[in-house]
Amino acid sequence: MSVIKGRVHKYGDHVDTDVIIPARYLVTTDPKELAAHAMEDLDPEFAKRVQPGDVIVAGRNFGCGSSREHAPLALKAAGVSCIVAASFARIFYRNALNIGLPIVECPEAVEEIQPGDEAEIDIEGGCIRDLTLGKQWRFPPLTGIAKELLDAGGLVPLVRRKLGVE
Amino acid sequence: MTITEKLLARAARRESVRPGDFVNCRIDLVLANDITAPIAIKEFRQMGATRVFDPERVALVADHYTPTKDIKAAQQVKIVRDFAKAQGIKHYYEACGGGIEHILLPEKGLVLPGDVVVGADSHTCTYGALGAFATGVGSTDAAAAMATGECWFRVPETLKFIYKGTLGRWLTGKDLILHTIGLIGVDGARYKAMEFAGPVVEALGMSDRFTMCNMAIEAGGKNGVIEPDEKTVEWVRPRAKREYTLLRSDADADYAQVYEIDCTGLEPVVAFPHLPENTRPLSEVGDVPIDQVIIGACTNGWLEDLRRAAEVLQGRRVAPYVRCIILPGSYDIFLRAAKEGLIETFLEAGCVVGPSTCGPCLGGHMGILAEGERAVATTNRNFVGRMGHPDSEVYLASPYVAAASAVAGRIAGPDEL
Repeated sequence: MSVIKGRVHKYGDHVDTDVIIPARYLVTTDPKELAAHAMEDLDPEFAKRVQPGDVIVAGRNFGCGSSREHAPLALKAAGVSCIVAASFARIFYRNALNIGLPIVECPEAVEEIQPGDEAEIDIEGGCIRDLTLGKQWRFPPLTGIAKELLDAGGLVPLVRRKLGVE
Repeated sequence: MTITEKLLARAARRESVRPGDFVNCRIDLVLANDITAPIAIKEFRQMGATRVFDPERVALVADHYTPTKDIKAAQQVKIVRDFAKAQGIKHYYEACGGGIEHILLPEKGLVLPGDVVVGADSHTCTYGALGAFATGVGSTDAAAAMATGECWFRVPETLKFIYKGTLGRWLTGKDLILHTIGLIGVDGARYKAMEFAGPVVEALGMSDRFTMCNMAIEAGGKNGVIEPDEKTVEWVRPRAKREYTLLRSDADADYAQVYEIDCTGLEPVVAFPHLPENTRPLSEVGDVPIDQVIIGACTNGWLEDLRRAAEVLQGRRVAPYVRCIILPGSYDIFLRAAKEGLIETFLEAGCVVGPSTCGPCLGGHMGILAEGERAVATTNRNFVGRMGHPDSEVYLASPYVAAASAVAGRIAGPDEL
């Protein structure tokens, strides 16, 4: 997995799935439609501002609330290449890995990284660099099933293998 | 081992497990709804699966946007309905004979003590009240479970909550769980099992137990669980069409933390916007005028909840300009409520009695809020924009407080009427 590089969008604690993608948009499964409304009730400009490769940096308990997979899907489709948070809600964490959206837990980095900074994330090596601040932090790389999911790009390839498809 | 550890060990066919272990469990039931199943079905096909692992062990409930709220919602429900028919899935519910998934599945005996259940809905944790391991997952995990009949888990540590003392007149399971979330915070149980115990819990009826487990997710919990007892068996026996297993925590089980909660003197609890942990006892609410009341949802849509609301609404009228919307948890509950005269009470009080749907809880339909409006709801979440406009507010409470608030036109308890 190559190093991720992108501009930072920063948020606080408990960013919940209702603000990531409000229920009024859950009548579609189209990633592009969902992306157009990502973060709408928290940051109405996000969908317009976000560029492919950008990174979200957030506080505690990111993705809390609903199990809606539309949440990580909307962010991934909007171009988010990685989410760095002080901690993740468990269903969101699992969903992100399942759809191939890399996530990192690193509270120390979250403390200091500023909105708009250029960030570089080496997921396999366990290192985040804030190129704007000139600082870096380490985090424990993913292991076990989490690593398998990340390497495979999601759960679908793993299940295909398990079912003996292709 | 704790009951959660035993449940996972059994389903993983292991002698024992410890927190931190990764296990692969045989799943007793996979659930999805009209919001989550369309993605799950897409992923199921992408996985190369053609038949679900066992059509008797998949439940698809169209409850969020039903009766279908618009064309797009109808298209989504159609996808789910067509899949259910093609796969021979018996447990497909929509409208008649159905209801809100987390009330319906226990009612129908589809989840039993000892089961390991995954649902593509965060409130799947509700079934822990039966002494089962039940947890919310995303659509892709649900698809994998439909395809393989298995799901992997990391065994969680357990937090034990022991409720002692005496419960006041208007106190319910909803107040206990709101109080608990207020105590530990919305991530206080993140990745952990929440085991609810103690004499106060043992004295609760099944619906209050379901209510407590329903909101384990609001503290970040992986699952909520209550050891099964005679009440559980009494509930389950007429409904079970297959064997079930009663498990209990060992006396020497290890808990990450044990909380002892003295319920004596506890007041009804209200969770202020915009987090379920933002709780206040009723006497500290102050003057909060409201526009809408929702009584129902998977948290408090049980018959007992409707009885409580009716007790307060009997002979009274909903305040002017306030909409009080009552949504029974299932059509079976709706019918029984009708036979008990509760529906008459609601209508005479000026309430709307609607279909058995999640509807307004997640800002779907059947009671959406405009800018600046406030609702008191027996639902489980009050994040920004949860029930409509981002500048609206949701206050979480029990059916007693919700009903009293509808009459008072502001947040109130039954004693204030």
